[in-house]
Amino acid sequence: MAGQSARDIKRRINSVKNMRQITKAMEMVAAAKLRRAQAQVLSSRPFTDKLREVLARVVSAARKGEGGVSHPLLDVRKEVSRVLYVLITADRGLAGGYNVNVIRRFQSLLDEETREVAVVAIGRKGRDYLRKRGIEPLREYVNLGDEIEYAVARSIAAELMEDFTSGRFDEINMVYTEFVSVVSQRPVVQRLLPVAEPEGESDEAALEYIYEPDPASVINILLPRFVETQVYGVLMEAKASELGARMTAMRNATDNATEMIDQLTLNYNRARQAGITKEISEIVGGAEAIAAE
Amino acid sequence: MLRLEVVTPERRVLSTEAESVIVPGVDGYIGFLKNHAPLVAGMSVGIVQFGPERGEKRRVAVTGGFVEVADNRVTVLADTAELDTEIDVGRAQAARERAEKRLRSGSPEIDRARAEAALQRALNRLRAARAI
Repeated sequence: MAGQSARDIKRRINSVKNMRQITKAMEMVAAAKLRRAQAQVLSSRPFTDKLREVLARVVSAARKGEGGVSHPLLDVRKEVSRVLYVLITADRGLAGGYNVNVIRRFQSLLDEETREVAVVAIGRKGRDYLRKRGIEPLREYVNLGDEIEYAVARSIAAELMEDFTSGRFDEINMVYTEFVSVVSQRPVVQRLLPVAEPEGESDEAALEYIYEPDPASVINILLPRFVETQVYGVLMEAKASELGARMTAMRNATDNATEMIDQLTLNYNRARQAGITKEISEIVGGAEAIAAE
Repeated sequence: MLRLEVVTPERRVLSTEAESVIVPGVDGYIGFLKNHAPLVAGMSVGIVQFGPERGEKRRVAVTGGFVEVADNRVTVLADTAELDTEIDVGRAQAARERAEKRLRSGSPEIDRARAEAALQRALNRLRAARAI
């Protein structure tokens, strides 16, 4: 830091302090939003759990009956030649490795893919990446906001179900980031369609249920909702991961800024001390020169 | 007594005890009392009613979903659900007028099905709130 005047250092300290204020604020905002997102996940559980349980039971009941189970959303194609990926990223950056990690995971899948592939982009970062690579997304959804609305998940799910049942795609996978904890998130791939039949518990299934009007109709009602709740759940999970990643990234930035301020303050004091010492020696030198005359 | 739970994908709307529960099944209203046989039924747009077997019942406006009954527990899983006391009558009224206007305008294929569905939902909410 030699050659830097005390005033220059002071200016740098102030600018780092301003940055720290911003990162600190962003950390707190992300933390508050994360709490809300986690509460949202919890309040969606009763519906999702019950739906899964009832679906498993009715599917196993219908399988015992004549005709078995068949539904367009359960249809496993003999030959999977066209695959649709749903890439879920954030709209904004400053979230550490969040976007990079999930995009890298997606790219490695794409590199190995030999089948015909199309991509639906959820989140601006993923869309921009695809465009840059010269891949035009089949559809894009940006600015979904920090609180995922069920109606939004529902309309996304409806379009995906249409992509599948129309025969345009034989398989639909979602690439998103799983929320392990506030400090740890992991990119994962999950198949959305065809629906993997939920596993049922045998003792529950033993209860003989009446299905109104009949098991097939009930499956018709349950399956689309099951897909909707899966999309909803994945969107919420990705959002929680994004907020967790942003919070951690901003906390690190704040800590780094604090460290930098400490170091700069030390330099500042040293430079100030050096200045004072210099002044004193000049005065003393001047006084001695006068006394010598 | 029956344990009644009304949940939507977004939240738990209601958890209470009731002697009787009536739900809008796909083929008409279905009523449940104590010790009903286990059942799963689809629901259409309509009103879930609950309360004493005879007398005034509370109402919940729902828009489709399904209901499960087992062990004296009635679980209503609805796409959306609004308790009579939470319904904003002014907003429902406005939605009704909007939908009616759109239907009356009769311009070709302005998504008639959607306007129709919106009207049904608005009317349903008004009925649940006893505003019509």
